[in-house]
Amino acid sequence: MRHTISVLVENRFGVLARVAGLFSGRGYNIDSLCVGETDDPTISRMTIVTNGDNRIIEQIEKQLNKLIDVIKVMDVTKEDHVERELVLIKVGADEAQRARVLEIVEIFRGKIIDVSPKTMTVEITGDEGKINGITEMLKPFGIKELVRTGKVAVVRGEK
Amino acid sequence: MKYTGAQILIEALIKEGADTIFGYPGGVLLPIFDVLYDAKINFILVRHEQGAAHAADGYSRSTNKVGVCMATSGPGATNLVTGIATAYMDSIPMVVITGQVPTTMIGNDAFQEADIIGITRPIVKHSYLLKNVADIARVVKEAFWIAKTGRPGPVLIDIPKDISTATMTNPKYPQSVDIRSYNPTCLGHPMQIKKAVSAIASSKKPVIYSGGGIMSSGAAEELQKFVDITGIPVTSTLLGLGGFPGTHPLFLGMLGMHGTKYANYAISNADLVIAVGSRFDDRVTGKVDEFAPAATVIHIDIDPSSISKNVLVHIPIVGDAKHILQQINKEAIPPKINDWTEQIEQWKKDYPLGYKKGGKLKPQFVIEKIYEVTGGNAIITTEVGQNQMWAAQYYKFEYPRSFLSSGGLGTMGYGFPAAIGAQVANPDMVVFDIAGDGSFQMNIQELATAIQYNLPVNVAILNNHNLGMVRQWQELFFNKRYSYTSMAVQPDFVKVAEAYGAEGIRVETEEEVVPALKSAIDSKKPVVLDFWVEEEENVFPMVPAGASLTQMLEGMA
Ligand SMILES: Cc1ncc(C[n+]2csc(CCOP(=O)(O)OP(=O)(O)O)c2C)c(N)n1
Repeated sequence: MRHTISVLVENRFGVLARVAGLFSGRGYNIDSLCVGETDDPTISRMTIVTNGDNRIIEQIEKQLNKLIDVIKVMDVTKEDHVERELVLIKVGADEAQRARVLEIVEIFRGKIIDVSPKTMTVEITGDEGKINGITEMLKPFGIKELVRTGKVAVVRGEK
Repeated sequence: MKYTGAQILIEALIKEGADTIFGYPGGVLLPIFDVLYDAKINFILVRHEQGAAHAADGYSRSTNKVGVCMATSGPGATNLVTGIATAYMDSIPMVVITGQVPTTMIGNDAFQEADIIGITRPIVKHSYLLKNVADIARVVKEAFWIAKTGRPGPVLIDIPKDISTATMTNPKYPQSVDIRSYNPTCLGHPMQIKKAVSAIASSKKPVIYSGGGIMSSGAAEELQKFVDITGIPVTSTLLGLGGFPGTHPLFLGMLGMHGTKYANYAISNADLVIAVGSRFDDRVTGKVDEFAPAATVIHIDIDPSSISKNVLVHIPIVGDAKHILQQINKEAIPPKINDWTEQIEQWKKDYPLGYKKGGKLKPQFVIEKIYEVTGGNAIITTEVGQNQMWAAQYYKFEYPRSFLSSGGLGTMGYGFPAAIGAQVANPDMVVFDIAGDGSFQMNIQELATAIQYNLPVNVAILNNHNLGMVRQWQELFFNKRYSYTSMAVQPDFVKVAEAYGAEGIRVETEEEVVPALKSAIDSKKPVVLDFWVEEEENVFPMVPAGASLTQMLEGMA
């Protein structure tokens, strides 16, 4: 099963390598990994999407916790949470197709951020379902390029 | 006053209680070596950096202090790698200092540059690349703290040359460590302790399975007390040997691949397994699905990631073994297990450890005599292979930290430099490296180190003229196709010893064994004992890799 693991780490040289090395060295998968500073510039947050059975996920959490630079590990999949990902999609669209692309983008509440005579670039933010949905819809136009940030997640409410 | 980074580094090491560094010089270390020239710290110049790492490891295992080793950038640092991995796998606290090219040149493929932080990332508990002279004192303090607390392990500090030469005024040496992301658990959770106590009280066939964690946490006394209260028999992993007295009537010896039959039967029939500071390694469990199939498992371990990693644990207790055993001892109720201990006694009588007498000198006989002559009052290190297993089976380890062996990594070449490190730390102890003729040759150059520092270590080579353990597997599982395991071409070890200025004694008969051992112990010099033993002797019992612990091959019949 897929899990989204949120990891607070010291914002230091080499931490990403330690985390990435842990996953590759122990044969765990990384579906996506997203890193950025938090409101405290000495702390970064990594959001890692991975998959595995419960035993593997438990090991991943424990092994992450063992890294000295890791401050906190949370499997947000177990909590009520919100996930978002930003995706930029460049689709083939000439003048005749533009309106149809625009229509789809509006339905999904995306944005057009660039247009050229033969392409349009769409910016879309959402959870996995939405991203998959719009990707499906845009496929017939020909997707020239698709760039995803990887998922970020936050637990709902005060927690 | 102004101090250089090199001065601060050495001062910080001294402040952490380091009295000895095992190491080897090189270009980027020159500023540090210049400080070492008249520093109040003992420096042991090894002959190969791998020797420095293993010696620091042996120093640490024999004392519970943090071992320190040092090597130059590039090849010096890469030569340490096997020693670091060995310490990591066995959770040995070590601080490893490597020189690095100047910060301005890092990443340029400079002369003798190696990304040692990157290379060692999976085999260190933590590592630091120093980029500022002002960080040195704090980093050294943290490195020692991280190395020895929680689940211990090696910590590497990479120090670029320009950081060693940089200066600062009035460096501050911190009094305490504050790492917000690192707070190892010490005490066991009271609820879990209660559950364990009740499982113990109602058990009918309990077994304690103790490991190296007994040594790391200094829990031998507590373990003994736990056994005094409960009367539960104890089996041990390789690294756990010495954690419980080898002569105790409730001791079952080692379990696992080359464990005693009675230990393996006991664990396989147990209804309760109490694992203390052990990690269910595959050499211990055999086929995991059939390991202690009927047992409830209590697992006491400092490392949460060891719990339920290989074997499902019913009552995990995370924390320091010493504290947890103290907590349990306060409440423990002895179970009624007379039938069980009688059964185990019967297994001990029916399936004793043994070997066929007669013919050439037997390696097991040599170990028995080393035990008799030393009376268990010695530090025994081993190499890897048959020598290691026979040492574990036939020597009775009475005290914690009297048995030093590379368990997790299984590093040939470990034993001799580790013996040197142990002898440095324990100048008055008798130290033996029980070796194979293959393994000893992997770090034989350290004879010069032993001579230089007047270290009277003894090497007992169980010379079977073979890479014996591999030969054994070829005999048993590869149709006796002895592919590249003969060591028929080997140096005359007696002459080699003499060439280095040590003593060498060749022994070929049983009668010569004890006199040779006595003369080695009496000698003030390092002594290499070259025991020419039966070449085709095998280690039994043996559980083939991946088989259940009850499926033991036996050589006696
Ligand atoms: C550095 C290293 N290389 C290879 C091995 C694989 N190996 C395990 S035991 C063994 C044979 C050891 O031979 P020897 O030291 O003569 O000891 P014996 O088994 O004969 O007692 C080998 C090659 C190892 N454990 N370590």
